[in-house]
Amino acid sequence: MFESLSMNGQLVFAGLAIGGVYALVALGFVMIFRATNVVNFSQGEFSMLGAYFLFALWHGLKLNYFVAIMLALVMMAAFGILFELAIYYPLRNRSFLPVIIATIGASIMMQNGALAIFGPSPEKVRPVIDTVGGTGGIMLAGVFFDYQYMITMLVTVLLVGLQYLFFEYTLLGKKMQATSQDKTMASLLGIPVGLMIALTFIYSSLLGGLSGMLVAPIFFVTHKMGATLGLKAFAATICGGFGDVRGAILGGLALGVIESFGAAYISAIYKDGFSFLVLFLFLLLRPQGIFGEKVAEKA
Amino acid sequence: MSSEHTKQTTARLLKPGYLALALGAVVVVLLPLIFTSRYTTNLFVLGSSWGIATLGLVVVLGYTGQISLAQAAFYGIGAYAVALGTTRWDVNWWLALLLGLIAATLAGAVLGSTTRKLGGHYLAMVTICFQIIYTLVTTNWIAVTGGPDGISNIKRPPFFVPLNSAQRYAWFALAVLLLVAGLVWWLRDTVLGRAMRAIRENELAAEALGVDTRRVKVIAFTISAVIGALGGAIYASGYLYISPDSFNFDHAVAFLAMVLVGGSDSALGAILGAGLLTFLPEWLRDLKRIYLVIYGCAIILVIVFMPEGLWGYVKLIGRRFARVVALPPAPRPIRVGGHGAKGEEILRVEKLLKRFGGLLAVDEVDLVVRRGEVHALIGPNGSGKTTIINLLSGLYVPTAGRIHFLDRGIVGHRPSRIAHQGMARSFQNLRLFRELSVWENILVGAHRAGGHESETQARALAAIEFVGLSDKAHELCRNLPYGHQKLVELARAIAGEPELLLLDEPGAGLNQTEKQELVRLLKRLNEMGLTILIVEHDMSLVSSVASVATVLNFGEKIAEGTVDEVLRNPAVVEAYLGNREVALGV
Repeated sequence: MFESLSMNGQLVFAGLAIGGVYALVALGFVMIFRATNVVNFSQGEFSMLGAYFLFALWHGLKLNYFVAIMLALVMMAAFGILFELAIYYPLRNRSFLPVIIATIGASIMMQNGALAIFGPSPEKVRPVIDTVGGTGGIMLAGVFFDYQYMITMLVTVLLVGLQYLFFEYTLLGKKMQATSQDKTMASLLGIPVGLMIALTFIYSSLLGGLSGMLVAPIFFVTHKMGATLGLKAFAATICGGFGDVRGAILGGLALGVIESFGAAYISAIYKDGFSFLVLFLFLLLRPQGIFGEKVAEKA
Repeated sequence: MSSEHTKQTTARLLKPGYLALALGAVVVVLLPLIFTSRYTTNLFVLGSSWGIATLGLVVVLGYTGQISLAQAAFYGIGAYAVALGTTRWDVNWWLALLLGLIAATLAGAVLGSTTRKLGGHYLAMVTICFQIIYTLVTTNWIAVTGGPDGISNIKRPPFFVPLNSAQRYAWFALAVLLLVAGLVWWLRDTVLGRAMRAIRENELAAEALGVDTRRVKVIAFTISAVIGALGGAIYASGYLYISPDSFNFDHAVAFLAMVLVGGSDSALGAILGAGLLTFLPEWLRDLKRIYLVIYGCAIILVIVFMPEGLWGYVKLIGRRFARVVALPPAPRPIRVGGHGAKGEEILRVEKLLKRFGGLLAVDEVDLVVRRGEVHALIGPNGSGKTTIINLLSGLYVPTAGRIHFLDRGIVGHRPSRIAHQGMARSFQNLRLFRELSVWENILVGAHRAGGHESETQARALAAIEFVGLSDKAHELCRNLPYGHQKLVELARAIAGEPELLLLDEPGAGLNQTEKQELVRLLKRLNEMGLTILIVEHDMSLVSSVASVATVLNFGEKIAEGTVDEVLRNPAVVEAYLGNREVALGV
C-alpha cells in the first residue's frame, strides 16, 4: 500500500515537473498568439535551439555552465528578433493559414538544420546542480525529489509570477497588452507597436530557450526534442483554452501528470500518444478548452 | 436552346484543361520510354505516388482552404492495406486496395468531422496529432504491421498485362496519377468544387448562400484521404517493401511543401510541385543531408513571395495567350419572388431577443414582412439592425423569440438550411469570394435553388445580366472597384432566386450615380415580385424603394408603418436627431 502510494507520489512529482516545462513552452505560444494572433508552430524548436546553444557554449567552447546559460539566453533574444523579421513581418497582413504554414516551414528548417550541424546522436548537458554521477536529488517519504525537476518547477512558478506582475503592474506590460488587443488603437495612442511585438517575440523566444535548457539534462538534446515539446505544449494550450495564460499553465501541468501516469499504468511505448488522445477528446467535446477562447467573427 | 447555349460555354471555358490532359497522356507514354534507367523509372513511381497524395491536398487545402498535416498517414493507410492484403491475408490486390480506401474514407470522415467545430490552428493540430498517433501505432503494433522492420514481398496488382517490369509499373503509376489529376481538375468546376472554393474564400458567406459548409468540409477531407491512400497503394506495390519511416510527419510536411511549391489551387500545379520535389533532392545529391532544410526554407519563401506557387507563374504566362470568352446571353430573365399570393405573410418575427453578455442587442422585437413589399429596417447606429439580419439568416441564434419563414419555424436552423428555404442576404462589409471570378461568385449563389447544372448556369446568367456585369464575368472579384463588388454581392444573392432578400446597407459607400442604379435595380426586383428587407442609413434611398418601415432604437422597436408615416413620427425623429426640447433647454 505504502509502496504504491510513494510510486504515485513519484509519478505526480515527475508529471508536474515535466508539465511545468510544457507550461513554459505553452506560455511562449500564448504570448505570441496574444500579441500577434500568430500561432507559432515552431515554438518547440525555440526550446531545442536553447538546449543546443547551451550545449555548444558549455560543451563545445568549454565555458562556465552559468556563463553559457546567460550567453545562450542572449542568443535566444537575438533569435527572437530574427524570427520576427523573417516570418512574422513579411506575413503580418496575410490570413492565418499562410502564417501557420510558414511557421511549420521554419520548424522543419530549424529541426533539420540542427540535425545537419549536430548530427543525430543525442547530446548530454549537465544539470544545474551537478552532483557526482549525474542528476541528484533527495529521498522524502519514499519519493525521490530530483533537483533538476525541482528547479524546473521553481523556474516555472517564478516566471509565471513575474509575468503576472509585469503585465498587471508595469506600464510596459500594459502597453504590450494594449498592443495585443488592438494594434491600430495602440498605435494611435502612441504605443510603438512594432517594438512591443518585437519584445513579445524576444520574451517568447527566451521562455522557449529556457525551457529547453531546463529539460536538456532530463531528456537528451536532440534535433527532435523541440517537436515533441512544442506539440505537447500546444496541446496544453488548447486543453487550457487557447490564448489563456492560466489555461496554458493548468493544461501543461495536467498533461504532464496524465502522461506520467499513462506511461506507468497503461503503456510506456504509447507515452507520447496520451497527450494527443486527451487533446483529441478535448477538441471533440470542448474545443474552447477549460477557460475558453474568446473568438467572435462579425458578419 | 438554353442547355445548348450553356453546354457550349462550358466546353469553351474548359478547353485548355482538355488540352493539358491530352498532353499529359502523351508525356505519360513517353517518359518511361525516354528515361529507361531503373533508377529513374523508380523515381517515376515514387513521384507519381507522391503526386497522387499531393493531389489529395489540392482538394482539402487548395480548394477548401483547410490545412491537413496528416496526408502521410492516409498515404500509409493505403500502403499498409495493400501490403497486408497481399502478403498476410492473401486477398486480391484490388480488393486490398478497396479495403484501404474504405479505411481511409472512415479515417478521413472522422478527421474531417472535427472541422465541424474547428478551423485554422486547431485543425493543423488535430491533423498533426492524428499523424503522430498513426506513426506510433504502425511502429509499435508489431504483430500486425511488422513494426519498424516493415513488410516486404508486396505484390503488384493484376492488370491486363502483367506489371512485372519497372517500366510497365511506371506506366501504370503515371496513368493513375494522370487519372486522379483529371478527376481533381474536373472537380474544381463542379458544384461541389465551387462550394469548396467558396468556403476557402469566405466560409460565412458560403454558409449564408446555402453551402452546407460542414458537410462540404467533411467531404473534402474524405476525398483527400482516399486519394492519399491510393497514392500509398501505388507506392507500396512499386517498391514492394514498406516501413513506417515512409509515412511519418516529415512526409506529411513534404506533401505540404509539394502542394505549396507547385500551386495549391491547381491539379497541374500539384504534379509540378511533386515532380520537382521528387527529383530535386536527387539532382542536389550533395545537399541530400539537408534537403528537409531546403524544404522548410522553400515553404517559407513560397508563402512569402509566390503564394500561388509555380503554377501561378505558368498561369500568368498562359493568360497572355488566353482570349476572353464572352458569356452567352441569358436564356431567360431572372425569376425572383417565389410562388405565393401578394400580401401574404412571408416572415413573422415574434418577441425576438438577443443578448450578448450583458448587452441587450435586440429586445423583444416583433416584425412581419409581407410578400411583395420592400420593408426597410431603420434606426440609428447600434440599434440592432444588423443583429436582426444575422438572427434571421441564422448566423446568430436568438436568446429567445420565434422566427417563422414561409410558415416554418427557423430558429436554430443553420444558415445554409435557411438559405435553402428561400432566404438570401448581402453583407454590410462585403463578403465576396475574392479570389474567384465574378461569374464563379454568382454561380455559387445560383447553387441554392438546385437543379441541373444548366439550370444553375441559366440563373447565374440571368443574374449577371440583370446587374450588367456580363463583360466583367471573368475578372477576379478582388480586382473590381467597390461599386462593382457591391453589385456582385447583389447578383450573387438573387442568383439563387430567393423568396426573401435581406440587404444589409447595400448603399453604403456608393456614390450618387451608383445609388441611383441600385435604386433602379431594387425597384425592378420588387416589380418582379421579390420581397426585400433592407437595412439602410440613406433615407432618400429608403424612401425611394421601401413601402413599409420598422424603426429600431437601442434594440427596441419604436415605430412601424409606411415610410412617410414613420419618418414623421416624433419618437423616430428624436431617436435620430435627439430630443429637441432637451437640446434647446426648454
